[in-house]
Amino acid sequence: MSETIINDMRKASGDASLLTQHEIDDINSWLKRYPEDRSQSALLAALRAVMHEDHYISREKMDAVAAYLSIPKIAVYEVASFYSMYELDEKAAGRHSISVCTNVSCMLNGSDEIVEHIEAKLGIKMGETTADGKFFFKVEEECLAACCGAPMMQVNHVYYEGLTTEKVDEILDGLE
Amino acid sequence: MSEELVTIKINDQEIQAKPGSMLIEAADDAGIHIPRFCYHKKLSIAANCRMCLVEVERAPKPMPACATPVNDGMKVWTRSEKALSAQKDNMEFLLINHPLDCPICDQGGECELQDLSVKSGGGSSNFKEIKRVVVDKDIGSLIATEMTRCIQCTRCVRFGEEIAGLREMGALGRGDRMEIGTFVEQSLQSELSGNIIDICPVGALTAKPSRYKARPWEVVQTPSIASHDSVGSNIYVHSFRQHVVRTVARENEAVNECWISDRDRFSYEGVNAEDRLLKPMIKQDGVWRDVEWSDALEAVAERIKATDISQLGALVSPRATLEEQYLLQKMLRACGVNNIDHRLRQSDFYDQGVAPIAPSLGISIAELEAQNAVLLIGSNVRQEQPMINHRLRKAALKGADIMTVNPRRYDFNYDVANQLVGNASEMLEQLAAIAVASGDIPSAVEDLVKGVEVSDSIKAIAESLQQADKAIILLGNIAVAHPQYSALRALAMVIAENTGATIGSLVESANTAGAWMAGAVPHRQSAGQAIEQEQAGKNSSEMLTSKLKMFILLDVEPEFDCDDPQLALSAMNQAECVIAITPFASEAMKSYADILLPASTALETSGTFVNAEGTWQSFMGASKLPEDARPTWKILRVLGNALNVSGFDYVSSEDVRDELKLEMDGITQTDSNELMQIYQKHSVDSGVQRISEVSTYKSDSLVRRAKALNVTDTESEVYMNSGDVDKLGLSASATVRLVQGTAEATAKIVIDDNVSENCVLVLGGTELASSLGSSFGAIAVSAV
Repeated sequence: MSETIINDMRKASGDASLLTQHEIDDINSWLKRYPEDRSQSALLAALRAVMHEDHYISREKMDAVAAYLSIPKIAVYEVASFYSMYELDEKAAGRHSISVCTNVSCMLNGSDEIVEHIEAKLGIKMGETTADGKFFFKVEEECLAACCGAPMMQVNHVYYEGLTTEKVDEILDGLE
Repeated sequence: MSEELVTIKINDQEIQAKPGSMLIEAADDAGIHIPRFCYHKKLSIAANCRMCLVEVERAPKPMPACATPVNDGMKVWTRSEKALSAQKDNMEFLLINHPLDCPICDQGGECELQDLSVKSGGGSSNFKEIKRVVVDKDIGSLIATEMTRCIQCTRCVRFGEEIAGLREMGALGRGDRMEIGTFVEQSLQSELSGNIIDICPVGALTAKPSRYKARPWEVVQTPSIASHDSVGSNIYVHSFRQHVVRTVARENEAVNECWISDRDRFSYEGVNAEDRLLKPMIKQDGVWRDVEWSDALEAVAERIKATDISQLGALVSPRATLEEQYLLQKMLRACGVNNIDHRLRQSDFYDQGVAPIAPSLGISIAELEAQNAVLLIGSNVRQEQPMINHRLRKAALKGADIMTVNPRRYDFNYDVANQLVGNASEMLEQLAAIAVASGDIPSAVEDLVKGVEVSDSIKAIAESLQQADKAIILLGNIAVAHPQYSALRALAMVIAENTGATIGSLVESANTAGAWMAGAVPHRQSAGQAIEQEQAGKNSSEMLTSKLKMFILLDVEPEFDCDDPQLALSAMNQAECVIAITPFASEAMKSYADILLPASTALETSGTFVNAEGTWQSFMGASKLPEDARPTWKILRVLGNALNVSGFDYVSSEDVRDELKLEMDGITQTDSNELMQIYQKHSVDSGVQRISEVSTYKSDSLVRRAKALNVTDTESEVYMNSGDVDKLGLSASATVRLVQGTAEATAKIVIDDNVSENCVLVLGGTELASSLGSSFGAIAVSAV
């Protein structure tokens, strides 16, 4: 007699095996903090883990996250497209992500000059990635909440404040 | 009523409302209209459009009526200066990005945004910046998108999650760039997707097949009943210059609430199919000739009179109206013919003598929601009766155990407690095991339970049915087609008896229940009146096997609608005379038929359908018949007169219905729960088995011709699991030869691990199925 007990097949059909072991470990550590039937709670962390590994989030990886967390794909797309910290375009995948704040305080303190300098130095426009894939110069949407240190920029997860063009050179040249 | 009500005042009118209900619900109940976009009574509250702002006493700011609960003594004004000003200002925000394209918008004229902007919109806007444009998404052949018109009310998003149970649409991006879409461009999969057209308050989501066909104020709206599944969903048919342009849902809380399935919404397209039969035709010496109605009817009468009555049989569509079925059987019985049947996909008729007068759910459609345990036997309910599945889903969300015994695994849009899967004989064994686990086995069915094993999941199913406060066992369309249907029924009844569950049928088609009542069965007259055993006619299968000399087809295409298409086709080809009363005449039909009478579809005639819960729903014709086609009931009435049958002087279809109604009134329905243990056990075929279910959009002559529903070509696909495909040394898309008895066909492999081992799924109603044999049984698969 063939007999099968089926779990919920509405769940995403993505391939969870695309996730790396590192990503899975990271996601699991977050899943532990939430009730078992609330796997969606770990979505932000899961996307962050993918972002950390790949420097952008491909559709396949989003589907993989959906499959891993057993949530609908569209729920992943919604969150991934909402937050500016997630990059969904492969072209945005640089090893180092540079965000220069251009909101009011920074602008008044010369952020335009910093932007121009970085564009000239790297030979790319804001929103582009260098040909060697080393730098991605992000279009920062919002105030990064460091007005007292204006002008400022964020490189990967680190804030650099009171910027001058020399200081920018020093920071960027010091990166692998 | 034990529940205490609170008293509130809306616009100085005193209103009683349920505590905890929202202001907008109380206002709606009292007939006070509050404008809204995002609020929908069947969906969760989003409160994101802010259109329903009203003034509430002592509240400093206007409050959204959809998200403000009623409180005793509350005073609310919906049309005060403060409320109106809030609504007007909000309207200005909503219109910021909305294009002014009402003149070319399909929604124009029935648009909630248009109506409210006429009512409370300003003549000009403070917004001087550039409007945003949203690129349209292709979400399939059914729904046209114009996403710049979207006001992000999220009704479609919530519908997907809460009603369809399949989240496909979402809110992507954020802030002023937030868009509603699917992210990845793809067709919507939900069988209920078309409902988002109805609930979209603007013109962002409109019906694709009817796009630009007519303006809402030009159409004539006729209430009607959907003609596919046994729910009998209430619909409005919209006609422009007497031609159907679209179908929308008509609210009936007891039947379909305010939703309809995509099949019910878009099947109307079939009406204008290229092979629509427009004139009566007679074949003479192999050549088709258009003839006058009088000549055609005279020819039919002559042929019937000239035929040996025992050699005449009629196959009737289970979608034909009650009136059509009744008139045909009355006419034939007056001629002494009992060979009439609507059970075209059934192959085991053994227990028909003890069957209830008509199959029924056993409870009302709405009561399905209140069940705690449901056992589905042979049913792909989600595709076959989508609105019944919707009720089951509601039950499941409340914690009910939904369990199945099916020839394959199905994707349900809710959590299913247990899915048992197997081929035809394994299904029987599984059901027998559940019967054993449920308690005593009456001696009559002992034969069926010999040697069955009771596994843990079988035990769990039996226990769930036993412990449930309300439990129901439902036999579906696949069970009807099962080669041992009578045995399945006998076991189901034992389980019902042992567990106290109700037993019911999901009822195959729009008027299957009506067909039994009308007497479109060989062994009973109308209203279930008995026929002497020796007088009983042949069932559909016997008619085909015994190769009768003359057939009458009432909206039936035997090569698609019968259980064994090849048998049906050879019976048609061998018959001396085939008379088809049909809206459509395919090339195949023209090759076997001799006389074609152009008939009506359900959209063009008045009539009645009896649904799964036994409700009689009558409807009017909504569209003009093309050329010389006539309402089917009128054709049959005139034919009755031509055959000199007495009592055929009906003036309207209502007369016909009322005559049957009167007959039915004298009958008390036998208890469908009565224990029937009459069954037939066949020898079990070994080896590879064919399993089957009817392809959703191939289920009848009308929907087969609906273009938008049939955009993906699945005509020649055969579904097998990956293990079986590997064993054949083949891969997906490879061509295989299928052999069933003398019938054979080639097909393309689709790998589907929901199909169990050693099973081959061929969908009924398809071209492939039409060149093969019975829905179940041995089948040989080989590489080409």
